[in-house]
Amino acid sequence: MFISNTLVYLIALPLAGAAILLLAGRRTDKWGHLLATAMSASSFGVGLYQLMLMLDRPTEQRPASQKLFEWIHVGEFKVDAGLLLDQLSICFVLLITGVGTLIHIYSISYMSHDKDRRRFFAYLNLFIASMLLLVLGDSYLNLYVGWEGVGLASYLLIGFWNQKPAYATASKKAFVMNRVGDMGLSFAIMIAFATMGTVSFVGVQEQVSQTSEAALTAIGLMLLVAAAGKSAQFPLQAWLGDAMAGPTPVSALIHAATMVTAGVYLITRSNFVFDAAPTAQLVVVIVGAITLMFGALIGTAKDDIKKALAASTMSQIGYMTLAAGLGPVGYAFAIMHLLTHGFFKAGMFLGAGSVMHGMNDEVNMRKYGALRKFMPITFVTFGLGYLAILGIPPFAGFYSKDLIIETAFDAGGAKGIILGITTLIGASITAFYMTRVMILTFTGTKRWDGDAHPHESPWLMWLPMAILAIGSVSSGYLLSRGDALENWLYPLFDHSDEYQKHLIEPIIVSGMALTMVAIGVAVAYFKYARQDVSSTAPEDVSIFTKVARQDLMQDRFNEAVFMRPGQALTTTLIATDQAVVDGAVRGVGQVALSSGSALRGLQNGYVRSYAAIILVGAIALIAAIWVVVS
Amino acid sequence: MIFTSPALSYTLLSPILILLGGALIGVLVEAFVSKALRPVVQLTLSLGTLMLALMQVWRIRGEESLTPAMGSLVIDGPAVLIQGSILIIAIISIFLIADTEQFTPLAAALPGSAEERQAEQAGNQVTEVYPLTLFAVSGMMIFPIATDLIMLFVALEVLSLPLYLMAGLSRRRRLASQESALKYFLLGSFASAFFLFGAAYLYGFSGSITFSGIQAAVVGGTGNDVLLLIGMSFLSIGLLFKVGAVPFHSWTPDVYQGAPTPITAFMAAATKVAAFGAMLRIYYTVFANAEWSWIPVISAIAIISMVLGSLVAIAQRDVKRMLAYSSIAHAGFLLSGIIALNKSGLDATIFYLFAYGIATVGGFAVVTLVRDSSGEVTDLNRWKGLGKRSPFAASAFALFLLAFAGIPLTSGFIGKFSIFSAAYENGATAVVITGVLSSAIAAFFYIRVIVLMFFTDAVEDGTAVEIPSILTRATVIIAAVITLVLGIYPAPVLDFITDLAIFIR
Repeated sequence: MFISNTLVYLIALPLAGAAILLLAGRRTDKWGHLLATAMSASSFGVGLYQLMLMLDRPTEQRPASQKLFEWIHVGEFKVDAGLLLDQLSICFVLLITGVGTLIHIYSISYMSHDKDRRRFFAYLNLFIASMLLLVLGDSYLNLYVGWEGVGLASYLLIGFWNQKPAYATASKKAFVMNRVGDMGLSFAIMIAFATMGTVSFVGVQEQVSQTSEAALTAIGLMLLVAAAGKSAQFPLQAWLGDAMAGPTPVSALIHAATMVTAGVYLITRSNFVFDAAPTAQLVVVIVGAITLMFGALIGTAKDDIKKALAASTMSQIGYMTLAAGLGPVGYAFAIMHLLTHGFFKAGMFLGAGSVMHGMNDEVNMRKYGALRKFMPITFVTFGLGYLAILGIPPFAGFYSKDLIIETAFDAGGAKGIILGITTLIGASITAFYMTRVMILTFTGTKRWDGDAHPHESPWLMWLPMAILAIGSVSSGYLLSRGDALENWLYPLFDHSDEYQKHLIEPIIVSGMALTMVAIGVAVAYFKYARQDVSSTAPEDVSIFTKVARQDLMQDRFNEAVFMRPGQALTTTLIATDQAVVDGAVRGVGQVALSSGSALRGLQNGYVRSYAAIILVGAIALIAAIWVVVS
Repeated sequence: MIFTSPALSYTLLSPILILLGGALIGVLVEAFVSKALRPVVQLTLSLGTLMLALMQVWRIRGEESLTPAMGSLVIDGPAVLIQGSILIIAIISIFLIADTEQFTPLAAALPGSAEERQAEQAGNQVTEVYPLTLFAVSGMMIFPIATDLIMLFVALEVLSLPLYLMAGLSRRRRLASQESALKYFLLGSFASAFFLFGAAYLYGFSGSITFSGIQAAVVGGTGNDVLLLIGMSFLSIGLLFKVGAVPFHSWTPDVYQGAPTPITAFMAAATKVAAFGAMLRIYYTVFANAEWSWIPVISAIAIISMVLGSLVAIAQRDVKRMLAYSSIAHAGFLLSGIIALNKSGLDATIFYLFAYGIATVGGFAVVTLVRDSSGEVTDLNRWKGLGKRSPFAASAFALFLLAFAGIPLTSGFIGKFSIFSAAYENGATAVVITGVLSSAIAAFFYIRVIVLMFFTDAVEDGTAVEIPSILTRATVIIAAVITLVLGIYPAPVLDFITDLAIFIR
């Protein structure tokens, strides 16, 4: 492995930015946002430089590592703080710093009226640094540090406007649900350490062959719980919609492009565990399939533009999880979809932010309409992202999503059919709800509130949107041309039983996918473009719509299954605590304090008593030794 | 009779010689320097002496000698580590002792008498406390490196006598302070008697007063185990008294509460390090081959110390008494390092001693900050809402409490983790389980204090927090930084200890 000593700058730069902005306080108000943007951009520069160095090295020498310091060394337990930059992490590094920098630039303008803009940028830098640590850590424990760091940054940014109680609640909800996932990660680390004696990626990979499948399945399932928490996958998905309370650039960066994909990173990074634990792998696929349908169905009923996009994110990550669960074939496609999704979804979120910016922060799409003429650049960039997510050739999503659908069919047998059809239906529903968003927002009649004066956003905002739009157009082609990404990632994934013949010809799959998409678009067109849309949500809707509007009852479910029993449990525990534990504790305290005969009686302040205690102790000690000896 | 002049390695003994020299100069300063200058001169002198001694300890690290003083002392890795820890603790304690508010203007005056008032109006100060501290520190430095019973006893007395005096010097509540000093003295003498008695039995058993002679007798056996067992028990009583293990703990709460808080801080931290340093040497070398007899008994003492210390701490309403019971529990935790009787146990105990000592000085330093017009406020009920009025003091105290509780990212966690895993290696499962459970009980109480400080509204006659002197603030900050660094990045210190800590016999 190549030893580098410059990897740490990737993380150190944004971390320094966050530290300066937070510690120096108001003094940096004037230029803090510029510093943060510069730090993020420099980190991107370092990333590009690392990529060039990496390309110069022969394939087997490409991964680079850097040992930072010996972190913990107690007895048998030894963990170094080390970084690992390989073909997989560099993809993430460039996505995080690249998209991150664009969103920094966008936020300069978007947040310009906020008096806490400096704090916002400090948190953004903190997020970038934590996310980079997450993807660069060379062991599960180092990853865990970054994992918690992004959780913290996410919490701080969702609740950035915490003067509104609802937003503060949303950030708490995200935080608490993420804790469930984090427990999974810590259990996975503990099981790995208990069974393999190591928590580094290299160490675990070496130990896999000597570890029982049961242990590997347990680790895999726990990693999946972690991934589900962070990536808003079923059944830990409920926080993502509420997370839209954060400022829109945050939704674009953290809750669309990067952090929520950390779960997919975790699963692909742990490919050696999942390859050896088929049961866990199957559960990954099932979770992915359920989530992609779940998200898509919620997306059809949302009138809030950000929540519709959030549901879509959930669904698209479902695609990635599903692909990652399909084994060695799927990992590269999961990553490819992750990258293209990073471009088009971040672009659309920024577009949504641009629309909100022009419409007095209105998020209800029923109050939009006909914005195409007023916001031409936003319309075009959003539209390119729309074409990309639908999977229309030659836009990015076509390449990445089609590959996942093909791989799903290739799984073979009933599994292949079920997964293939699920992904196809998902694609159709995606087309429906995204078309709905386009029509409600940009075409049709004006349904604005009285004082709305829509206008195009300043260049600082539309420039990042335009750059992301270029990515939405071209990234799919660039990554899949000559299987570029697959070959790039090839050394990391085990391809022994790879490249079987396709069960269904790719061209047929593409045809089916496009047909399904066309159906979705057509339904949306007839339902929303050919009829007048009311500016309030109709009440006389089918039960299905009602259920979908309530996020498929996910909150009701959580309340009924977890919250109420949880509350009952805590009530019981508190009662038990007060009666039994406190009682015992107080009882002991009582013994100590008031019974007079026992402990307090002994601590009576008289030297003679103390001396007597020592004497009795001495006799007891001799007696004890006597007993031990004889 | 022929006398040969003793051969001494002055370099290896230099830390102790420097300290004794500094203490003697301190006595002269009392006699010859004017009253106004004395506090500054004494503080500078003590600090300089301690720093110089620490520098010398640093310079002799890695050196080993069985005969630096004709076979009565030894210098090896653990000796250097323990001596260094004592000196660092003494240095940050000196900053607290420099706070003259804590000490009576005239120790010889009756409490509340006219002389006392006159002395106070004249602005007298008991600067004698500095040379006393240096004498105590020199005793503590000799205690863990003594290799014969006479030297051990002399060191024990040299470290104890100044402490007895210093405990009685409090400015406020002087009667309680004097009472605690007397108690400490009487009970300490009682324990010393046991100690001497034990030494006599060990001589009877082995015919030798040197550690190596006794050890040879333990290994070879003299057919008279009763003498060994009684000697060992009595010697242990003397040592267990100093560390405050149950049932020889009864002086601890009263003395910790009565003594001036800077002295309590110094005494609680440094004495423990010195006494455990001596215990490590004695049990790891001299009695190592008789482990079958003492491990079960010391285990039992460890268990009852942990349980009783943690449980009774819950019932305390006075912060100094609470810390006293916490120190009893910590004596139990540290005893599990003695029971471990292996290399990792030795490393862990030394690390724990240093980490705990630093956190203890920090904790008591915060106690000296919390005051109202009539002096320190130690009633926990009046610490309510301290977090709002004095975030510095409250957050530092919270950090030290978390370290005592052994919460990760503090030194206490690394210490507890390593000491319990070492004890577990040696099969002391019962001790480890009790240790973890009583840590949990103790954590409950510590965290309740944190809740009290941060999440409870202040009572009406809320405690005023005086603006701390720079020196006290320095102590708190240094202790907090060390506590955090040892919790987050302990590897260099652990490695340093692991490399050095090997007993030579």
